Amino acid sequence: MSITEYFDLLFSDYTLRTITLGTAVLGAICGMLGSFAVLRKQSLLGDAISHAALPGIALAFLITGSKDTNILLLGALVSGLIGTFWIRGIITKTHLKTDTALGLILSLFFGFGMLLLTFIQKQPNANQAGLDKYLFGQAATLVESDVNLMVIVTGFCLVIMLLFWKEFKIMLFDAEYTKTLGFNTQFIDVLITFFIVLAIVLGLQTVGVVLMSAMLLAPAASARQWTNKLSVMIGLAALFGAFSGVVGTAISASDSNLSTGPVIVLVAAVFVLASFIFSPGRGLLFRELKFRQNRRDLHLRKTLQLMYGIASTHENIAHPHAIRILNNFQGFTRKTLRKMEEKGWVTIQNQEWAMTEKGYSKAENLYNQLEENDDTTD
Amino acid sequence: MTTPQIEIQLIASIVAIACAIPGVFLVLRKMALISDAISHSILPGIVLGFFLTHDLNSPILILLAALTGVITVVLVEAIQKTGLVKEDTAIGLVFPALFSIGVILIAKNANDVHLDVDAVLLGELAFAPFDRLMMSGMDLGPKSLWVMGVILVIIIILLFLFFKELKVSTFDAGLSSALGISPVVMHYGLMSVSSVTVVGAFDAVGAILVVAMMIAPAATAYLLTSDLKKMIGLSVFFGIFSAISGYWVAHWLDASISGSISTMLGVVFLAVYLFAPNKGLISVLYRQKQQRTEVSLITFLLHLNNHSEEEERHINHLQEHINWQKVRSKTVLDLALKNNMITIDRSIVSLTDKGKEFTELALEYIITNKDEKIEPMKDDFFLFRG
Repeated sequence: MSITEYFDLLFSDYTLRTITLGTAVLGAICGMLGSFAVLRKQSLLGDAISHAALPGIALAFLITGSKDTNILLLGALVSGLIGTFWIRGIITKTHLKTDTALGLILSLFFGFGMLLLTFIQKQPNANQAGLDKYLFGQAATLVESDVNLMVIVTGFCLVIMLLFWKEFKIMLFDAEYTKTLGFNTQFIDVLITFFIVLAIVLGLQTVGVVLMSAMLLAPAASARQWTNKLSVMIGLAALFGAFSGVVGTAISASDSNLSTGPVIVLVAAVFVLASFIFSPGRGLLFRELKFRQNRRDLHLRKTLQLMYGIASTHENIAHPHAIRILNNFQGFTRKTLRKMEEKGWVTIQNQEWAMTEKGYSKAENLYNQLEENDDTTD
Repeated sequence: MTTPQIEIQLIASIVAIACAIPGVFLVLRKMALISDAISHSILPGIVLGFFLTHDLNSPILILLAALTGVITVVLVEAIQKTGLVKEDTAIGLVFPALFSIGVILIAKNANDVHLDVDAVLLGELAFAPFDRLMMSGMDLGPKSLWVMGVILVIIIILLFLFFKELKVSTFDAGLSSALGISPVVMHYGLMSVSSVTVVGAFDAVGAILVVAMMIAPAATAYLLTSDLKKMIGLSVFFGIFSAISGYWVAHWLDASISGSISTMLGVVFLAVYLFAPNKGLISVLYRQKQQRTEVSLITFLLHLNNHSEEEERHINHLQEHINWQKVRSKTVLDLALKNNMITIDRSIVSLTDKGKEFTELALEYIITNKDEKIEPMKDDFFLFRG
């Protein structure tokens, strides 16, 4: 199935519609809640939690023997939360640092999960296949009830987020201040963390435990580049997330060999790259352009300054001088001169330049401004 | 035990030692998650290397993949330097992207590549003894044993050669630059060694469990000692112990060897986390409770010292006036009595001479802000701790 075919089928085929809707909703909720993770510098917590969820899935299957998504995800939620609180316990009660705690929980829980998964695979039970889809995710296994669950959880998160908007916002930017204002910071903290765990667990079926953290981070990191406003950032992140989800699913659906997780992550990574480069204000391209612009301005001013110095020694400011004498000056190029002519600061005739009234007064003001600036900085 | 069994345990132990040594420095330098990033992002390097060499144990493949690991570190640092995102986000963005590329490369070329996604995550320790190094018809043992053995020897040689440099640059980057040891060179040196180790171990234990092999023994050892040499020794011991016990657990459950090795690492860490003297959870909680009671005791003694009037020194007054719970005031009173610091006469509490002396000293230390002197003072005066 090619991608165009995919989009043709999107509106007629029930399964495809369900899957697309599911990944879109998932991307949106991940982007939304991921914004909090990124701003709280908890980006890698998501990685640890998603890996820590694996033994929960395996244990839920071992205990209940059922492959019902909701039960497995409940197991993942419990084990993700245990992992999260253990990480906190390690950080607050021992001298081990955050990175060590995250790495420990991530790898140990995941290892235990893999032990359980391989143990399950060897069991004489025909029902066991399919658990490994939680490693890299398989969007194709989404059914309507899964999508409903996602929509319900998203709605629930939205409501709570709007209710606690003020608390969340102030907590993100100044936790100490929040405490002095009398908010229960521990409660807010646990609530945000719980939401992050919830978003991760929801995504396990589609993106898988291994790459879930990127799904959380990438949309938020891209959105961060386009705005400095929290509400806009969350909205944009949701949009980017939904878009990466849909495009990723479309690409992976067009090739049966591909798991959804890696493809979605790559699409999201492209978004990040694009945002890094092209975002106005923060982006690398913009920054480079602005840097060059500044340098050009500076060169222009330096040239003007020099010309002013020469012209002011003559009675007639419009007295022509050879272009040659400007050449040893650092800021001078043919381009600068042309630009100055365009602005009407100088006139050029047969390899000679002459200052105009406009250019002279401009240079004079430039000088004054500089002097003023010097005064203020002193 | 059959020969393959011994060989598997030998390989697992060598991998454990080779991972534990760089792991110690990663943990101490607060860069534990870099090992996670490297272990994921070497995947595209391994796949590309495999296309070129068609041999998972080829040295070219190992170097190529290790280069990908170093590139990851450079990339993370470059992104961080732009200031667009924080360090943790930079790590979190780079490695999933590279890992995804690796997974897709494998999936796309599933027919040509003798690699599957399960092997990427878990390694194939159980099959390691079957891939043997043959030289002019002689069987020299499993290939991965040789590969990891060589890596281990290199690591140990480097450790002995650069122990002093590593130590000083880990604990005090400023001092190390002043002494002429570039922290940057040590940093990238450590990163390269870690990458090579991860790539070598990747074949045996897989992408994510190699992180467990690196971090868990070092973190466990760090809870038990603050001496670098002891820490390296202990983490090597924990690594070998988990490798061998993990093998037998896997044998018993008929499950993944690397999964059960990291489960054993987890069990060892949990035990040490709970029971380590001084730094373990139980000991920390106990000490916190002890200190709470002792601070209450000092507060109480200061109160007694300040008041000569009887109604301020009545036993029931504690609950009303200092606002303590019944249990807490009883604990504090009992402790003070046991240490002969107070006498109780018809429900009126008075300081003994010893109590007075203790209070005076405590007061002096509190006023002069010499908190560190209070602990030894407690040792001098207390017969029983809180």
